[in-house]
Amino acid sequence: MSADALVYLRRHAGFFVFAVLIMTIPAYLHDSYYLSILAFMGTRFMMALGVSLLLGLAGQISLGQAAFVGIGAYGAAILTTRLGFNPWLAMGLAALLSAVIAGLVGVPTLKLRGYYLAMATLGVNEIIYILLVQLKSLTNGTDGISGIPSLSIGSLDLGGPKAYHLIAWGVALLMAAIALNLSRSRVGRSLRALRSSEPAAESLGVDTSFRKVQVFMVAAAFASIAGSFDAYYVHYISPDGYTITFSIILVTGVIIGGLGTVWGAFWGTAAVVVLPEILKRVNGDITNLIFGILLIAIMVLWQGRTRSLGRLVRTFLVNRRGRQGTTDGAGEPEA
Amino acid sequence: MNFEQFLQYIFSGITNGSIYALTALGFTLVFNATQIINFSQGQMVMLGGMTAIAFHGAGVPLWACFLGAVIVVVVISMGLEHVAVRPLLSKGVLAQIIATVGASFVFETAAMIIWGRQALALPAFSGERPIGVAGATVVPQTLWVVGLTVVIVVALQIFYRRSLFGKAVRACAVNPSAARLQGISYRKVVLFSFALSGAISAAAGVMITPISFMSYSSGALLGLKGFAAATLGGLGNPVGAVAGGFVLGIVEALGVGVVSAGYKDAIAFVILLLVLFIRPVGLLGARVVTRQ
Repeated sequence: MSADALVYLRRHAGFFVFAVLIMTIPAYLHDSYYLSILAFMGTRFMMALGVSLLLGLAGQISLGQAAFVGIGAYGAAILTTRLGFNPWLAMGLAALLSAVIAGLVGVPTLKLRGYYLAMATLGVNEIIYILLVQLKSLTNGTDGISGIPSLSIGSLDLGGPKAYHLIAWGVALLMAAIALNLSRSRVGRSLRALRSSEPAAESLGVDTSFRKVQVFMVAAAFASIAGSFDAYYVHYISPDGYTITFSIILVTGVIIGGLGTVWGAFWGTAAVVVLPEILKRVNGDITNLIFGILLIAIMVLWQGRTRSLGRLVRTFLVNRRGRQGTTDGAGEPEA
Repeated sequence: MNFEQFLQYIFSGITNGSIYALTALGFTLVFNATQIINFSQGQMVMLGGMTAIAFHGAGVPLWACFLGAVIVVVVISMGLEHVAVRPLLSKGVLAQIIATVGASFVFETAAMIIWGRQALALPAFSGERPIGVAGATVVPQTLWVVGLTVVIVVALQIFYRRSLFGKAVRACAVNPSAARLQGISYRKVVLFSFALSGAISAAAGVMITPISFMSYSSGALLGLKGFAAATLGGLGNPVGAVAGGFVLGIVEALGVGVVSAGYKDAIAFVILLLVLFIRPVGLLGARVVTRQ
């Protein structure tokens, strides 16, 4: 192995270890309930990556990612069950449509202050939801669409939980690699610059509106592909999965995990997938209440600096220990 | 569409338009004082309707339900200002959006836990017998909604134009630092704006509940439409907010007549997107469409 390859491996060691850990799970985990949860985590991770790029890098918020997830799912379902398209082709076309819609919404709103995009994306989410319910001849209304085929490669069926885990997480890891690359590239640096100060970024030659629209379109495509994956795995979709509530939960995940890093998106995704599963045993209704409180708490306690929940707790503990140390006078040495 | 039908749609549009106008005013009052868009504004309207229903269920007379709901929502709105807004006043748009979105989630889920998922009703303020007007009919509640909206708008105008504190609030909207140098307490102005915004939203919620019911999830739509109305009129302009509300209500009602009732709720967002595309400053051109 050449020296360059070794350097490359070492620099990205975290990512490769993570990838190997995730991809080997089906070798020892056989329970289909847990495998399903992991598979959903994979597609949620794809959605969160898009949100994380948009929110963490560019400092723009979309409250309508569920609309793009819905376009992905319904695009895949309609094209395969009605028109007999190949599932992969259907997925690609749906992602293209999502990106185009994101572009149409992004061009006027991303020039304005942050809340215009937030409100406009809420509006898009609502419009898409209404269309899914109302365009009965196309979407079958509230009854939803069933009989969606599984993904396959040639004659290899990818519908089983283990095969699906591999393909879904494979794509999710690919997207994570794209996100990592994007954030370290010229695009990522431009976005970080414009997040701190748009006039400053523009004076250095960054086309801020264009960059923001670009990343918004990428986020929409990620969400759309994730939606298609879900549809191919569950074989059934209905409009209720694509509401504003789901959009906000996705944002919550990314914020719990911490903005600006791919790993934040992962931990946040894990939190919003696992927490409801646990709370369901107590009282499922309180999940969103807790998410809402967390959103406020993270913003207020971190004064809008948007770090992860983990870091928030750690700092809090360290501060408390520090304060105790000073009041005791002696204080214990730091571990 | 014949004339009677047309008139009927106009009446219905003016009724809903009143509610959008009041919600838009709620957005505008907070925005002018703080430059913050409160993403839980619609949930305030919902909480107004729901608390009035709860009071009514406990056997309280209707006028007292109205008053009680306004007081409860004013307290909630001031609590929101205290907990989630004051610490973030100078912390950038993103944190403010996320915190108020979090608040909307809290209000909505709390309402679902307290009142359940079904839509609840409130009796009309003065009977249900329709009144005939030129071939169309109007329920008395419509008159209440439109009448009270006019009273609220006029009272607000007088307050902001004539009273010393009203002038102080307007001064803060124009330039907070300069206002503070004149000895105006910015904190008081912000807290007051949230209280007033909560009161107006709650009133809107109580008034519309007898006509279109209220459930825990009604707030999101009402908030979006209120924002669409405020943007249509020119964000930050109170006169524009009221005008935008009525225009939106009437266009929506006529849209139902022309297209189909199923798409009613989509009309507001199409208008919002069109305004942002064509004329982001709104119809009446506010002072404040700032690029970031």
